[in-house]
Amino acid sequence: MSNNQIKQDNVRNFSIIAHIDHGKSTLADRILERTKALTQREMKEQFLDAMDLERERGITIKLNAVQLRYGAANGEDYLFHLIDTPGHVDFTYEVSRSLAACDGVLLVVDAAQGIEAQTLANLYLALDNDLEIIPVINKIDLPAADPERVTKELEDLLGVTKDEVIHASGKSGIGIDDILEAIVERVPAPEGEPEDPLKALIFDSLYDPYRGVIASISIKEGTVRVGQRIRMMQTEKEFEVTEIGVFNPKPTPKDSLTVGDVGYLTASIKNVSDSRVGDTITSAERPASEPLPGYKKMNPMVFCGIFPVDASNYNDLREALERLELNDSSLQYEAETSQALGFGFRCGFLGLLHMEIIQERIEREFGIDLITTAPSVIYEVELTDGETITVDNPSMMPDTQSVSEVREPFVKATIMVPNDYVGSVMEICQAKRGAFQDMQYLDDNRVNITYEIPLSEIVYDFFDQLKSQTKGYASFDYDLVGYRASNLVKMDILLNNDTIDALSFIVHRDFAYERGKAIANKLKDLIPRQQFEVPVQAAIGNKIVARSTIKAMRKNVLSKCYGGDISRKRKLLEKQKEGKKRMKMVGSVEVPQEAFMAVLEMDTDND
Amino acid sequence: MISSAYIHIPFCNYICHYCDFTKFFYNRELADQYLKALENEMVTAVGKKQQAVNTIYVGGGTPTALSYEQLEVLLKVIADSFDVMACPEYTFEANPGEFDERKLALLKQYGVNRISFGVQVFDDQMLEKLGRNHTVADVYENLRHFEKQDFQNVSVDLMYGLPGQTYKDFESSINEAIGLGLPHYSSYSLQIEPKTVFYMRNKKGKITKPVEEEEAAMYELLLNKMESNGIYQYEISNFAKPGFESQHNLTYWNNDFYFGFGAGAHGYLPGKRTVNMKPLNHYNKKALEDGLPRLHEETVEKRDAIEEQMFLGLRKTAGVSKKGFEDRFGLSINSLYRRELDYLKRKEWIEENEETIRLTKQGQLFGNIVFQEFLLEDEKL
Repeated sequence: MSNNQIKQDNVRNFSIIAHIDHGKSTLADRILERTKALTQREMKEQFLDAMDLERERGITIKLNAVQLRYGAANGEDYLFHLIDTPGHVDFTYEVSRSLAACDGVLLVVDAAQGIEAQTLANLYLALDNDLEIIPVINKIDLPAADPERVTKELEDLLGVTKDEVIHASGKSGIGIDDILEAIVERVPAPEGEPEDPLKALIFDSLYDPYRGVIASISIKEGTVRVGQRIRMMQTEKEFEVTEIGVFNPKPTPKDSLTVGDVGYLTASIKNVSDSRVGDTITSAERPASEPLPGYKKMNPMVFCGIFPVDASNYNDLREALERLELNDSSLQYEAETSQALGFGFRCGFLGLLHMEIIQERIEREFGIDLITTAPSVIYEVELTDGETITVDNPSMMPDTQSVSEVREPFVKATIMVPNDYVGSVMEICQAKRGAFQDMQYLDDNRVNITYEIPLSEIVYDFFDQLKSQTKGYASFDYDLVGYRASNLVKMDILLNNDTIDALSFIVHRDFAYERGKAIANKLKDLIPRQQFEVPVQAAIGNKIVARSTIKAMRKNVLSKCYGGDISRKRKLLEKQKEGKKRMKMVGSVEVPQEAFMAVLEMDTDND
Repeated sequence: MISSAYIHIPFCNYICHYCDFTKFFYNRELADQYLKALENEMVTAVGKKQQAVNTIYVGGGTPTALSYEQLEVLLKVIADSFDVMACPEYTFEANPGEFDERKLALLKQYGVNRISFGVQVFDDQMLEKLGRNHTVADVYENLRHFEKQDFQNVSVDLMYGLPGQTYKDFESSINEAIGLGLPHYSSYSLQIEPKTVFYMRNKKGKITKPVEEEEAAMYELLLNKMESNGIYQYEISNFAKPGFESQHNLTYWNNDFYFGFGAGAHGYLPGKRTVNMKPLNHYNKKALEDGLPRLHEETVEKRDAIEEQMFLGLRKTAGVSKKGFEDRFGLSINSLYRRELDYLKRKEWIEENEETIRLTKQGQLFGNIVFQEFLLEDEKL
């Protein structure tokens, strides 16, 4: 099944965007069947083959782009590349690069649910990439389907006419032919010259322990061949291509890939940070003059301390981070020592979700119980002696006397929200020290609001608040706009009169008193009673701004008889002992893990 | 070797808001079936040979929820397997207002010589809040029945740490209870357990227990009141006039063996703890089939038995006997638990002499923390 006979004019590269549960995968399956990429039986076997391989050799094969052949109504054969977008919409950048590999998208909307926030976020990315959009109303055979209403929504949103909207059902196969014909007719063929210097977009990058990094690529200009020396235009690293191929849907090696082809490439690349998503691969001998647009080096913006609950797991934790780093170019870490928490790592992440994913993977895949400190951003601190330092760990913030100015990162936050929620969004932004920039009506109902907000406010609970206050309708994106001076102070927390470094945080002076009070109260509730009274204090420098008291434990004994059920008594004691192990002895006080994240959660409680 | 038996009757006419024991609404036919199943379980385990035992305890549920006829069937079944007439302590749980003199006479006739009386509080409003169906008047009426039928060994259960209960409320309940002049009292603080009405209400913030300070004060009040009235504490939650300590309860704290019969019942047989099936139809079916309605059995290894000897034994004011421990396990407490004992003594939570180790008054308040210390680390033993 060589694609050589199919000319570039007959290549179509597209993706499917849909809200979760709107039937994306069923629709994709139908398309795979109808294009006869494989018979149904073959398809199963092929997929199973791939999975067995995965199991036996530990190779992760991800179907990022499937090559399909389609015989169109006009009598010509077409080559389709169906490109998958990452599941996490929060990884906006990765999604945008996948879309950049396409020329068109199917916008799939559930006939009963209508357009939803997640679909919109991706749709705007598609518009950003100047892609042809084919609206599809799926599940039209459902009893609750309301295609009229959804068509109206699409008309309003995209300015399309009623006739351009395809009615389909992945389940019963309705409309699949219409979709395939629309792809042929409406999605433009890739432009670019096979003889020009190579420009291949990396839209996904995955580490495989046997073959090194497997890059998913879309060829925009030129041709790539096995054995060719290639250069990554952003990182300027050079490699020799060891294998290229397409998924149809099983991985099928090829000698070369040219303009319009979408497939994979390996080149003995040891680390995904050398094959970054969004980078352009070119030829080392005859390099392109300009890389493809849209590359962003994803620098960590959020930092936190990660410590093993059990100090003896320190080396395991380092190994876990080393392993995760192979497949995650945005993860950063360096050793950190905390007086309270002992040896651990200061880690940098793209955002909160990224942070949560990494923490969860360490706990689940590597079996290490963690204590993580509240996330922080990077501050620029100008000292009185004129020197400027960066601080990504609140406990390292120098004393106020030696600081002449503290600058913090600001972002431009773009929030798209239905009309009804504009008030709530502005309220949240104001409370987060945001400065209003602009407000635009996208249509009768949707509004685009921009604010400049300190990143540190975003990393707290901004997104959660936004979601809950807008019933999930708001979509949100942000871009760093630079560092600005702010009146910031370091808040220290003292337990039983000892400063606990892992609990320190940076706060705007105007909010300091309020936050100090909130966290002192929160900690009082989170830290269980000890055998003695424990004062909790929030302090700026030597000045105590808030205090609370964890009262001494007065009684802890199980009186109940449980009718001779001794096992139950035992289980309670064992659970209690286990819980104690998960506490960290900080000075003289036993502190549970949640307490170290208390700084994060207190805002929610204040509402 | 096994000289105690617990028999569970899982039927109730009403379900208390805090109860998480195996219990079902009383239904005549189900109860008939259940008694047959129970008979088969007991006969399979001990036969019909009227085995001698030190204690029998019939609990629930509400054993007295059975009809007179069913109660007689139950008593006969027990009397077939165990020598009830020679049994020094044969207890029935009885709920106020749920039995009459006739049922009581029947119990007497079959050798029952001790009643555990579920009074809980002397406060009609509070009783209603607990989902109890009785009133304080019922308590006094039943007490007259006990007197008439010459039941002298009667124990009263009292609860504290209840939602909405004040120190004063509890004090008046204690006073009234002590005023009855009974030889035995048990007093438990409320535990809010999953799958109960209270659990649900608590989760929704509809009820809250008194704060820890208040509950601790109630417990200290309990200890003082009992002591000043000559009713001695012999276990964390149990008080008796000398000679009236519940031998059955002591079986548990002494880490001795006992049969557990009936749905959801727990037993301790040499080397294993047994748990019976809870759903009535499962229990009935299996007990009738082969007399072994086990949900599961847990092997008790030496280390388990050692830990249990400590955390159960320390509940008694008499403490854990060093010699008894050494005789049973061939090890000395002081060498096995040297580090833990040092720590707990420093905390003044335990005290020891030549013969025994026991909790101090302060240690009683923090029993769970003390007990936890006796769970052995993996490297030990």
